[in-house]
Amino acid sequence: MTDATGTIYTETVIYSATEAFAAEVPYQTAIVTLDSGGRVTARVLGERVRIDDRVARVEFRDGVPFFRKVT
Amino acid sequence: MRPVAVVGIGKTPFGAFPGRDLRSLAVAAGEKCLENGHTAPSQVDAFFLGNFAGPSFEGQNHLAPYISTALGIQGVPSTRVEAACASSGSAFFHAYTGVASGVYDSVLVVGVEKMTSQPTPRVTEILAGAGDCSGEIRAGSTFASLFAMIARRHMYQFGTTREHLAAVAVKNHANGALNPDAQMRKAITMEQAMAGKPIADPLNLYDCSLISDGAAAVLLVPAERAGEFTDKPVRVLGISQASDFVALDQKPDITTFPAVRRAAGKAYQMAGVGPADIQLAELHDCFTIAEIIAIEDLGFAGRGEGGPFTLEGHTARTGDKPINTSGGLKSKGHPVGATGAAQICDLVLQMRCEAGERQVPRHSLGLAQNLGGSGATCVVTILGIV
Repeated sequence: MTDATGTIYTETVIYSATEAFAAEVPYQTAIVTLDSGGRVTARVLGERVRIDDRVARVEFRDGVPFFRKVT
Repeated sequence: MRPVAVVGIGKTPFGAFPGRDLRSLAVAAGEKCLENGHTAPSQVDAFFLGNFAGPSFEGQNHLAPYISTALGIQGVPSTRVEAACASSGSAFFHAYTGVASGVYDSVLVVGVEKMTSQPTPRVTEILAGAGDCSGEIRAGSTFASLFAMIARRHMYQFGTTREHLAAVAVKNHANGALNPDAQMRKAITMEQAMAGKPIADPLNLYDCSLISDGAAAVLLVPAERAGEFTDKPVRVLGISQASDFVALDQKPDITTFPAVRRAAGKAYQMAGVGPADIQLAELHDCFTIAEIIAIEDLGFAGRGEGGPFTLEGHTARTGDKPINTSGGLKSKGHPVGATGAAQICDLVLQMRCEAGERQVPRHSLGLAQNLGGSGATCVVTILGIV
C-alpha cells in the first residue's frame, strides 16, 4: 500500500482563481483517496479525471502533490 | 439561563459602495438598530462585532472598539468574533449566552464586511484564508472550487443535477428582486442560471454568492424586559454553534455538514420543535449546493432530496417551506462578516410582518443557518413569536 496511488473521490476544474494561480487557469484539482488510507487535495496533470478514476502521483511541487490518470 | 429576545434590528443595503469604509457601514447599521430598539448607546453593556477579514481588506485591526466607540458605546467589553462566513452568527451566539447567563442586560451585535475595495482575484485570495492554507488552498483551491467538489460528489452519490442547482439561484433571485436592500434586484431565468460563465466546474457564476459591502446589527435583551424596548419582540427559542474540520479532505463525507446537523439538533431540542414546525428559514446559500445540503442537514428533506425539494417549489416564497425570502446570499449579497446578523434581521422583519412585498403568511417560527468556510463552523438559531 502506498500514498503514491489512489482513487478520485471528487474533482473540479477551476476557471476563476486566486491571484497566485490566476495565470494557470483552467486547471484541475481533486481530492484523492490514497491506497494507504486518508485523503489529500491534489492537482491533476494531463487528461481530465472523474470520480472513481485511478491516479498515480507524478511529483511534488512546493509540497503539493500532482497526480495523473492511470490507464 | 433566562429567556432572551431580539428587540432591535438595523441593516445597511448590501452592494458595492466605493465611498464607504468598513467603519461607516458598521456604524450606520448599529445606529439604525439602537434607534429601532429604543436604546441609547450608554445603555449597551457589551458589544460583539462579527467580521471576517477587515484587517486584510482594509489594513485595520482592533476593530471592535474602533467601531463601538464610533457608535458612542464607551467603556464596556467590546469583542471581535471571527468565524469566516459565520462570524456574526457566532457573535450573535456569544451575545445570546451573555444575556441568557445574566452577565449582560443589553448587548449589541454588529456584523460587517467591506469587500469591493479589492479586485476579484485578491478577494478570492482573502476568502481562501477561511480554508486550510497548508493543504487545499496551497494546491490552488478557491472557495468556489471546494463547493464545486462538494457538488460533484453530491451529484455522484444522489443524482443531483445542474437543474437542481439552477433552481436555487432562480428562486433566490426572484426573492431578492423584491428586497429593496438586496444587491442584485433582478429575476433570472432557468436558461440564464444554467448557462452562466464557468467558475469551478460544475458551478457557474449564478451558483456563487456575491462580493459585497454591507453591515447588519441586532440588539438582545432579557425577554422579561423586551416590552420596554419594542412592541414586537422576537424570542430566541433555540441556538447552538458547532464546529468541524477546516480542510474538506479531512471530512469522511463531504455531502453533509456534521456541524450543521449538530447545531441544528441542539437548537431544535432547546426550542422543543422539529424541522416540520419551522415556517420559514434563512439558509447559508454561499453556493447553490450549500442551500441544497442545508435543506437536508436541517431535516427539511431527506439525504439527497434537497435538489428535487427545491425544483418542486417547496422552498419558494409561495411554497410550504419558504427559504431565503430575503434573496439569500446569492441575490441579497454576502458581505461575509455581516451575513449571520443579516439573516437574523431578515427573519425578524418577516416575524414582525414588516417584509413588504416578500412577506409570507406563516411567520411565527423561523430558523437561521449560518455556515463558516466549507462547514467548519455552523450557527443555527430558532426565533419565535411567544
